[in-house]
Amino acid sequence: MRYQLIGVNHKSAPLEVRERLAIPEKRLPDTCRELTAYPGIEEGMVISTCNRVEVVTHTVNGHADLRGFLHDHFHLKPEELDAHLYEFREKDAVRHIFRVASSLDSMVVGEAQILGQVKEAYATARAVGAVRGQLDQLFSRAFAVAKRVRTETAVGSSSVSIASVAVELAKKIFGTLQGKNVFIVGAGKMSELAARHLMAHGCASIFVANRTYERAIGLAQKFDGQAIKFEDLYATCDRADIVITSTGAPHAIFRREHGEQFLARRKNRPMFFIDIAVPRDVSPEMGKLDGIFTYDIDDLQQAVAGHIADRRKEAELAEAIIASEVEKFEARSHTLDVVPTIVSLQDHLETIRQAEIDRVRSRMGQLTPEQEIAVEALTRGIINKVMHTPITALKSAAKESEATTVVDVVRRLFNLQIKDKDAAQTPAKSDEVGTRP
Amino acid sequence: MSLLWLRFALACYFIGLVYAFVALSRTSDLFARIALHAASLGMVFHFVSLVELFLSGQVVWASVHNSESLLAFLSMTFFMVIYAIYQTTSPGVVVFPVVFFLTFVAAVDQQPVLLTSFVSHKGWLVAHIILIFTGYAALVLSFGASLLYLLQERRLKAKKPTSLISFLPALEVIDQIGYRSLLLGFPFMTLGLISGSVVAITTPTIGRVDFLDPKILLSVLMWAVYMIMVFTRWNSGWRGRRAAILASFAFVAALAAWAANYFSAIHRFAS
Repeated sequence: MRYQLIGVNHKSAPLEVRERLAIPEKRLPDTCRELTAYPGIEEGMVISTCNRVEVVTHTVNGHADLRGFLHDHFHLKPEELDAHLYEFREKDAVRHIFRVASSLDSMVVGEAQILGQVKEAYATARAVGAVRGQLDQLFSRAFAVAKRVRTETAVGSSSVSIASVAVELAKKIFGTLQGKNVFIVGAGKMSELAARHLMAHGCASIFVANRTYERAIGLAQKFDGQAIKFEDLYATCDRADIVITSTGAPHAIFRREHGEQFLARRKNRPMFFIDIAVPRDVSPEMGKLDGIFTYDIDDLQQAVAGHIADRRKEAELAEAIIASEVEKFEARSHTLDVVPTIVSLQDHLETIRQAEIDRVRSRMGQLTPEQEIAVEALTRGIINKVMHTPITALKSAAKESEATTVVDVVRRLFNLQIKDKDAAQTPAKSDEVGTRP
Repeated sequence: MSLLWLRFALACYFIGLVYAFVALSRTSDLFARIALHAASLGMVFHFVSLVELFLSGQVVWASVHNSESLLAFLSMTFFMVIYAIYQTTSPGVVVFPVVFFLTFVAAVDQQPVLLTSFVSHKGWLVAHIILIFTGYAALVLSFGASLLYLLQERRLKAKKPTSLISFLPALEVIDQIGYRSLLLGFPFMTLGLISGSVVAITTPTIGRVDFLDPKILLSVLMWAVYMIMVFTRWNSGWRGRRAAILASFAFVAALAAWAANYFSAIHRFAS
């Protein structure tokens, strides 16, 4: 668990700083190579998105100079950068990576894009051999945790802007938006934004009506749509499934009788009115009709607030999942830390045992099979009894985060030479990264 | 043995029943998947049960319990077809309890109760039963869809933020499920009634058919309501509350037509 992480994100650094640190995609492989060539770093990768730049490493002794790496790489002075940096080690670094992959550290909590970005960064670093045993384990687990968070909580299920809420509501009514028609009444910025969202989700065509016909034409052209004269509004409105209305009219322009006409002409197929005008364009009476769904600006904002509250609640659940996953990961890592020492200890004592048996055999001559069995049993019994206490101590230390200290003590006591664990785990890849000092 | 398989199926459908109740209050994809697998397994047991019944060689399709079992199986088949098309388990909220109830009644250990009338055209009788039950199954689903439509419409109109996190599919999808079930069920129901009439007319023991018999009256009423539903939907696109009221009426008419088997002179279940 000699993980070390350093970085900036949307909370710690303003955009100007993040811009200076951003690494273009095609330069990522070289940066990863440079990182693993840096003193004290065994493995490393870089996550660079518009909201964060993070360097994740597994180091030789847990104290690599990652700030130094950033200063050197970006040619920045400490005073320009250090105030914006955060740094995490060991368990905290694991927790941070789990949170990032699960989109709990994102600007819009729960957005799905970040996981894809982390996966890409991981693939890039892996392709150049900068990610091997330790970071491989960490990120494989992080992806599994992100999946668990997504499956077991609703943190990523709701959208948070008014336009996206409008799209979501439209989908709750119509299922797919493919082939649906949108009518914009009153050419405002907000209705344009909502219309853009709806079109992006597959709506077929757009009609625009405005008291100033020229403005209607202007907006219609933007969407390759059709401008309608305001006086033809009621005759044509039923052609639309979704109506976004935001006129400055002092009273409702859509009343119950209009709704009844529309429904009759549409054979009762539902209509969705997004009323972002204040005062409202759609009378509440019209909204009571079967098949007419009206959401005014307050309803939409309430839905947005509800989503944010939902997400906050779900994020708490997600944090609990992450906390338990970090504990599991740590316990597993410590267990992995002690395994090579246990193996070395067993090898060491077995070598001693064999050497002693050979020595005795040369003095005593040929032993009978019964004697051989007795000597084997006796020596093995002694070795097992000797090993029992240190192995138990190592195993219990692994569970209690004291693995490093106990491993050191056992190594010194028995003078154990441990092979490089990572090299043993990935012999083929270790040769590829031969640049490390 | 057939009864044993049916009880296995019942155990599987029970998971679906629990899902139906849970789904009304909270969304769980995992539980929906479990319910779906349990229902699929239940259908396998159910199918084996029906095949064994058929192979037993008796004309037992006309018994109350076996026909309930057949109706449950057909309803489940409809549900699965809809799942395959729309990838939604939400009609299960209505279908699972109905199927569980029908299977439960069928799985209770009772001697089958048989039609007393002697039937001379067994082919017509089998056609009548299968056609009419397919029509019933479609009606169950259409009724379920109209209830779900109402529920979803209310949620959307209530404008509660949490209404967006709901297990129900989009309103138009529910609408399509209901309408397509209706359209599919109507010809089956019509042909089922025609084949039933052929059986009645050609069976000598029935003699002169009494058109005021409750079974005939209620069946015609049910068919008429069914036709009105199809027509109003096709002609003026009735949805929501009005469609749900009509569907409920058709459902009640169907139940009444079913209940008429206990007191009809010509279409009677007796020991």
